Parts: sequence; C-alpha cells; structure tokens
Amino acid sequence: MKVIAIASVGGHWVELQRLMPAFSGMELVFISTRASLGHTVSDHKFYSIPDANRWNKFKLILVLMKVFKIIYSEKPDVIISTGAAPGLMGLAVGKMLRIRTIWVDTIASASKLSLSGRIARKFVDRIYTQWPSLASDDIIYAGNVLS
Amino acid sequence: MIFVTTGTQAPFNRLVKAMDDIAGDLNGEEVIVQAFGVDFETKHIKVVGFLDPSEYTKIFERARLIVSHAGIGSILSALTKGKPIIVMPRKADLNEHRDNHQYDTTRNMSTLGYVPVAHDPAELRTILMGMLSTLKEDGEKVIGEYASDSLINSIRSFILKD
Repeated sequence: MKVIAIASVGGHWVELQRLMPAFSGMELVFISTRASLGHTVSDHKFYSIPDANRWNKFKLILVLMKVFKIIYSEKPDVIISTGAAPGLMGLAVGKMLRIRTIWVDTIASASKLSLSGRIARKFVDRIYTQWPSLASDDIIYAGNVLS
Repeated sequence: MIFVTTGTQAPFNRLVKAMDDIAGDLNGEEVIVQAFGVDFETKHIKVVGFLDPSEYTKIFERARLIVSHAGIGSILSALTKGKPIIVMPRKADLNEHRDNHQYDTTRNMSTLGYVPVAHDPAELRTILMGMLSTLKEDGEKVIGEYASDSLINSIRSFILKD
C-alpha cells in the first residue's frame, strides 16, 4: 500500500504528522511547501513544492503542474491531505488519476469547513471534520488530532 | 525566556508591538520573537524571521512561556510539549489574516480549557503577568504525540479497505 500525504508548512503539516500511526507499515511519500521539513521525515521520500494560496492564480497553476508530475510518477494507492490549497490540488490530481482521496479538515475550522474543505467535499472519497457539530451524512467525525 | 511565534503567513505587528512594550517590564527576561514584516524599531525584544525546524524546536524547548498567534501548529506544539501558552488571534478587519478563523480556533480551544486567549494588548499583559507569577504552580494540560485512536483507526481502515 502506497500513500502520498500532502500538507502545507505550518499547522497543516503538524496536523498531518499527528496522523502518522494511520500509515504504519505502508510506503509513505510526503509533499510539502518547505524543503527543510524533509529532514523531519527522513525515513520517507519527501518532495518540496512552492506554496500557493487562492490569491495567486499563476502560482496555483505552477503548483498544480508540479503536484501532477509527482503523483503521476509515484502512482500511490491513496492520497491524503490536511490542507491547504496545495493539498487540495493533490487530491484533485488524485481524483483525475482515479486514486482514492482523503481530506482531513483542519481543527482550526470549527464553525464551518475550511474553504479548501468545502471544495474537497465535492469530489473526495472521504472527508473528515474534527468537530462533531460539523459532521453530516458525508462528513465524518471520528475524533481529532489532539488525542 | 519567552518565545513569541507569529507563523509564516503574514506580519502580526499588533502582537510584536505589544510584546515589545511588555518586555520592558520583565526585569530583563529574554524575549525572542519570530515574525515577518516588523515595520518599527523594537526596544526590548529580539526579532528573528523564519526559523528552520530544528532552530524552532530548540528555542521552543528553552522557553518557559510561549506567546503565539492562534495558529494551530504553534498551539499543538505547545500542548504536546506541555509548555504554557497564551494565544492572540489575528483579526481579519485589521488585515492580519484572510478571514477570522483564528477567532474560531481560540473560541473553541478556550472552551475546551486548553489555552488562555488574549484579544488585545491590554488583556495580553494581564494574562502574561499573571501566568509568569504562577508558572510552576499549576499543571499544564498536555496532549499526546498523535491524534485520537478513533481518527487514526478510521483513516487506516479506509486506506486498507479494497
């Protein structure tokens, strides 16, 4: 089983790291937006991509192309992301390539799903919220990253 | 030493300025501030830009108190390591962030009893002075290294299903 886990530097990355036991025994490949994070997961393959948010459309496309190239060559079974925009793009590419996709919405989004989460909801195979009040038929609450 | 962290996204000069003022009344205690776009001259604090993960961890470990914007990464790091933390959320109407989600974070985290929240410099000063005087006395709330078992198991079983 091969999993690509993708998250932006900062809180999204910290939340992703807290999910590590979910991937034990699997081949795990990370994608994030700061090269120095690679040293913190030295047991795993790590790709660095530029950061982008919805304010910079040109950069978004650049990131999308980079993410596509990585995912296309790695051919994972599953892609999981904790956000934000680059992670969303990873899942979109996964959808395109018929790879199973998981979105874990950030614990920071407590009163409604994050913007990226609301977009992800439309196409991912599974979506989690970390707040019971946001759970619904398709949005799963199964606990949070705090333990 | 007090470590102030404002994340990597945008300047947060309201917090930097507040800490510079407060630091003048701390009897010379070192205050290290990680921040971008500081647009004024600081008097009592040391400002650093982006820290690589190992430098960040080193300073974080050494600090006896963390003051942070309401970024979930900093909050989780403090809770994991059992460091006392005070958070001040960024405000969208002051252009400190794209939206007010840091207010949601702090509202919910403080409801859960995890972190004290300061909404303005005056409140920050009050909470900080109060915490410094009682620091070693009450036990801090500590979380484990990983997410809840139920979330881990749910994700794992979804990955492994055919």
